[in-house]
Amino acid sequence: MSPTATDLVRRVASRVTTPLLPDDYLKLINPLWTARELRGKVVEVIPETDDAATIVIKPGWGFRASYRPGQYVGIGVDRDGKWHWRSYSISSTPDAGHETLSITVKAMPEGFISDHLVRGLEPGTIVRLALPQGEFVLPDPPPPKVLFWTGGSGITPVMSMLRTFDRRNTMPDVVHVHSAPSREQAIFREERLALTEKYDGRLRSIENFDDEHGILDVTKLEDACPDWRDRQAWVCGPAPMLESAEKHWAAAGLARSLHIERFSANLTASATGGHVTFAKSGKEVDLDGATTLLEAGEAAGVQMPFGCRMGICHTCVLPLTKGIVKDLRNGAEHQENQNIQTCVTAAAGDCVIEI
Amino acid sequence: MAISDVASFAHLTPDQVDELGREFDQIRRDIEESRGADDAAYIRRMIAIHRKLVVGGRVTLFASAFPPAWVVGTAMLAAGKILENMEIGHNVMHGQWDWMNDPEIHSGTWEWDTTCPAEQWKHSHNYVHHTYTNVIGKDNDVGYGILRVTSDQKWHPANLGQPVYNALLALLFEWGVALHDLDIEAIRKREKDPVEMKRQLKGIWRKVRKQVAKDYLIFPALTGPQFVSTLTANATANVIRNLWSYAIIFCGHFPDGAEKFTEEELRNETQAEWYLRQLLGSANFTGSRFMHVASGSLGYQIEHHLFPDLPSNRYPEIAERVKALCEKYALPYTIGPMYRQYGQVFRTLMKLSLPGKRAAEPQPPQPRAKRATPAELRSYPGPKAPQASAA
Repeated sequence: MSPTATDLVRRVASRVTTPLLPDDYLKLINPLWTARELRGKVVEVIPETDDAATIVIKPGWGFRASYRPGQYVGIGVDRDGKWHWRSYSISSTPDAGHETLSITVKAMPEGFISDHLVRGLEPGTIVRLALPQGEFVLPDPPPPKVLFWTGGSGITPVMSMLRTFDRRNTMPDVVHVHSAPSREQAIFREERLALTEKYDGRLRSIENFDDEHGILDVTKLEDACPDWRDRQAWVCGPAPMLESAEKHWAAAGLARSLHIERFSANLTASATGGHVTFAKSGKEVDLDGATTLLEAGEAAGVQMPFGCRMGICHTCVLPLTKGIVKDLRNGAEHQENQNIQTCVTAAAGDCVIEI
Repeated sequence: MAISDVASFAHLTPDQVDELGREFDQIRRDIEESRGADDAAYIRRMIAIHRKLVVGGRVTLFASAFPPAWVVGTAMLAAGKILENMEIGHNVMHGQWDWMNDPEIHSGTWEWDTTCPAEQWKHSHNYVHHTYTNVIGKDNDVGYGILRVTSDQKWHPANLGQPVYNALLALLFEWGVALHDLDIEAIRKREKDPVEMKRQLKGIWRKVRKQVAKDYLIFPALTGPQFVSTLTANATANVIRNLWSYAIIFCGHFPDGAEKFTEEELRNETQAEWYLRQLLGSANFTGSRFMHVASGSLGYQIEHHLFPDLPSNRYPEIAERVKALCEKYALPYTIGPMYRQYGQVFRTLMKLSLPGKRAAEPQPPQPRAKRATPAELRSYPGPKAPQASAA
């Protein structure tokens, strides 16, 4: 790709701003005028339910806004002087214009950052962004028959897909099964029902409220969508739901029709912990078996590479030069001299990481 | 004479040294746990001030042919460079702000406005100097390989030129810093690895090229017919920064009372003894808040050496606790006004350009003969609580 005119101007200008970049000065005028680190400004925080809100963000320079529906974005927020990073699925559709994008966040119990995003974020706040990524996306054109199965805030990437169908007027034959803890806690309920009405016959929406109907399991799913075998399925929700989906589709020999998105690493498996050394940065920490190496490194002030923070994108991969680590998702152990995903692994004994 | 055993020099028992070490650890923990939004706001404010000073200075110099503009522009640029090199660059590269998780204010990514590449600075300074502080033969900052700063260093006829080397180093300080990690001493002894040297020289050349082009070519050219006056303004700003940082840095370890150590001290040195060596080997100077910021908080050299990676804006409160500990353990805490500290450095440099030992060297002050008894230590009330304001 040939450099754009902007790149050229920036390169020339950096000759006079060296060792800084022109961006370092421009952002004094407008905090979004920098491509050095991707940033965005919170334009609006829209409450969705008691404990969920949609955050509308206007990205700054350098942000590639051409995300695909279903992808997630990394967002960094400043809390007490320290930047904390999380990943959230984008709930807006790229077809609604590239001026802004939205994420929809549910405040988790004891969720230090999610709670702040839902309840404490003022419009005008500057946040950091990472480029959208993720493989939980639809092919274009979409398959003729689709099943969406979403649980709780797992609705967000699917909402982006539904909105995109609506914008492009390409709604295929969709069955959307959504479960929420209660009617009041169902995110995007009105919009979903409105779309169902608009695309009557093409979009069928089935709701399950745990307090009214009990937990929705795969048996109930089959009842709700008897032709599930004929559909490409996109499933996003809590870890137990994803596990049951994986088993169910695999048992039917249809694993290839299933697309799942894990929006949180299941941190229940516990390694034993140990003394971890970040070799090049000279930092050392004692860890329990539940803290990920990525979090530990960041807490110790090591500049850890990171991406999705849920074990998908492999941006955070670093060489493990000594010791053993355990994958928190499945308990798999990784030996020394392997590259490990620091965002989903914890120390299983003393280890040394090359950063 | 250089010290071979810090504990016996300080008249402390091994238990007392360990106890002192734990007290220093406690200070570190307290500061680490209380780092927060105010500290982050401090460094961001410093960075914003630096950038405004630089923009203001550069813009003013577009009228550099007009003498008042030359003076104002040069002053702003010099102040900006001093702030960036000392309070911002030096401290950021120490990792004092890494806890913020901000990739733009991180020791791993910071590059500063001098000819010295950040990567080489972090090796020669953060690693070599801060680990082996004042150990003769290990710490290249003891005389920088060209000056005799203690009578423990053998006299050589070349030391006769010391007054001249000193003046040149002060004027060209940034260039001395740029070449420092090459390790002049190792090159002289022909111990330097040629491959490593080539790699370092390449790094220096890359950085020098950009710095020189900016200050001595591009900015002067941008001001058109005022090329020469802008060039002299930029050069003057660099020299002002050189003289100031030279003076501040020489006040850190060369005044009377900042002790030197032998390699024997390093053998089996504990963390607590390392603290003690940092304390005995460093010298502070007094000054206003403005003065401390302008000198990159190096007036708190003792605190900086005890805790090189704690945020510099916290050094004043750390200093109160360190002073209290020095009183409790009857340890010296070297401090004086900057003119006196530099006066001592200058006198030492002049005297040591001539052969001779003690005649030229001030006696290191001994810790007070009377030490606190164990009972007194137990009854020590601890550092003073912050005074409630009268309002």
